[in-house]
Amino acid sequence: MAHAKLTFADVSLTVNVPSGTRIIEISEKVGAGITYGCREGECGTCLTRIEDGAENLSEPSVLEQRVLKENLAGRNDRLACQCQVLSGEIRVRPA
Amino acid sequence: MPPLTTSDRQALGNPRSTASPLPVSVTDRVQWIGALDPQLRNFDIILRTANGTSYNAYAVRGSNGVAVIDTVKQEFTEAFLARLEAAAGYDEITTLVLNHLEPDHTGAVPELLERAPHVEICVSPRGVQVLRALLKDRFDEYSVRVVRTGDTISLGDRTLRFLTTPYVHWPDTQCTYLEEQDLLFTCDLFGCHFCDERLFNDQVGDFRFSFEYYFEHIMRPFKRYVIEALDLIEPLDIAMIAPSHGPILRSHPREYITHYRRLVKKRLASEVGEQKSLLIFYVSAYGATAQMAYAVYAGAAENAGVRVSLFDLQVGEVTPFVDLIEEADGLAFGTPTINGDAVKTVWDLLAGLVDIDTKGKLGAAFGSYGWTGEAVAMVEARMQGLKMRVPEKGLKIKLHPTEEELECCRDFGRRLAAQLTGTAEPREIDFADLT
Ligand code: FES
Ligand SMILES: [Fe+2]
Ligand SMILES: [Fe+2]
Repeated sequence: MAHAKLTFADVSLTVNVPSGTRIIEISEKVGAGITYGCREGECGTCLTRIEDGAENLSEPSVLEQRVLKENLAGRNDRLACQCQVLSGEIRVRPA
Repeated sequence: MPPLTTSDRQALGNPRSTASPLPVSVTDRVQWIGALDPQLRNFDIILRTANGTSYNAYAVRGSNGVAVIDTVKQEFTEAFLARLEAAAGYDEITTLVLNHLEPDHTGAVPELLERAPHVEICVSPRGVQVLRALLKDRFDEYSVRVVRTGDTISLGDRTLRFLTTPYVHWPDTQCTYLEEQDLLFTCDLFGCHFCDERLFNDQVGDFRFSFEYYFEHIMRPFKRYVIEALDLIEPLDIAMIAPSHGPILRSHPREYITHYRRLVKKRLASEVGEQKSLLIFYVSAYGATAQMAYAVYAGAAENAGVRVSLFDLQVGEVTPFVDLIEEADGLAFGTPTINGDAVKTVWDLLAGLVDIDTKGKLGAAFGSYGWTGEAVAMVEARMQGLKMRVPEKGLKIKLHPTEEELECCRDFGRRLAAQLTGTAEPREIDFADLT
């Protein structure tokens, strides 16, 4: 199975994950400072800055795009409860 | 509290009294159309309101339309509409500005929209999300404009300019500036729960306590955002601040801005300087968790980049620690597990942290236990809920620590210090190894 390397910068930890894993499935277990509200892509609480490897994430859905926009998200921000890591190396921290 | 008589109510300006509610002039073009709630004794559950509160709403008249700024809590809809009707006809209203969509300011929105469905609703980008939830499937029937800092709406000879000031209570908050009169509508910001029909700060009773108390519980957790809001507000010419709770600040409004600046500053200048500050709090039943705490302290203190402080929670009052934590970079809690739980003083202190911003601080937990040791994980979960990062897995030791185990504690302290100073060794693990 394809793998990806996901680094949580605020706890200096890299996790090797199977392709298709959502950030939310890992960040809480490793104690990263990314926090969650609705867990369904509505509230924008889980806003996460992608420091590197944005191209290795799944494309944002229409819902995610709308919530990002309404939360004044920056160009490199994604919702951790929505986006999946696909391949390569990705580096994130709480936005 | 004994029920108020009709004349009591009139004296307090209660809108539920038999006196008919009338608007109050704020300037020649601005009228207060809010409601007084003198009998409220607590707000949002957490705040005590010793003399009630007010929900201030305003009507602004221009040569080419009327804007309504905010509304009131739902049960005061009638008084609000009566005042509004005395100030303007529904067909004259062109704009409804919602500076904050919490129910205490949007309770009368549905009734207002029934009567004036043509208005343009102006909200911040995040406000749209709450508005959608508020109007549900009727959302699409209305005209909604998303406004950002610098955007303006013309009412003919009067102009409203918007300032996006998020988190000066909720993420959706914004302020609205009436350019020609240097009047700033701030909703919760600069507000307080103080009910007085005299409305203006140069006429009402002594509201200083209410003003400070309100800041302490509503604004303090969002200090970093209050600072951003002040940065936007300070350059404006301000003749008056019109918040949506408590007195309208028309006498020396600038002083209230300066006072907010003071409140967001550090209380006592910290002596820690460039170092990172780590606070270790512990409670110990038989001395084992205390021994661990001393060892964690010693380990962390080896790092010259970190200033460590150690506190026994059993002899401290919890509230002053909240002030210390507000300015600390990292916190470590040592708690034994007693009856399958962390001890109460630890929970008391953690509960007190709702009043401050803990996002991004480093958190850690450790403790000795007899049988199970779940307290450590419970405290870690709470810290994650407080938006802290918890990079080092908590340390649990059964009964009293051996010399070897004490070395583990020192090492735990060293690792916390490394995380704080950004010198932690990068680690790599497999998904399957995550527990
Ligand atoms: S947790 Fe609400 S959007 Fe992700
Ligand atoms: Fe509010
Ligand atoms: Fe409010």
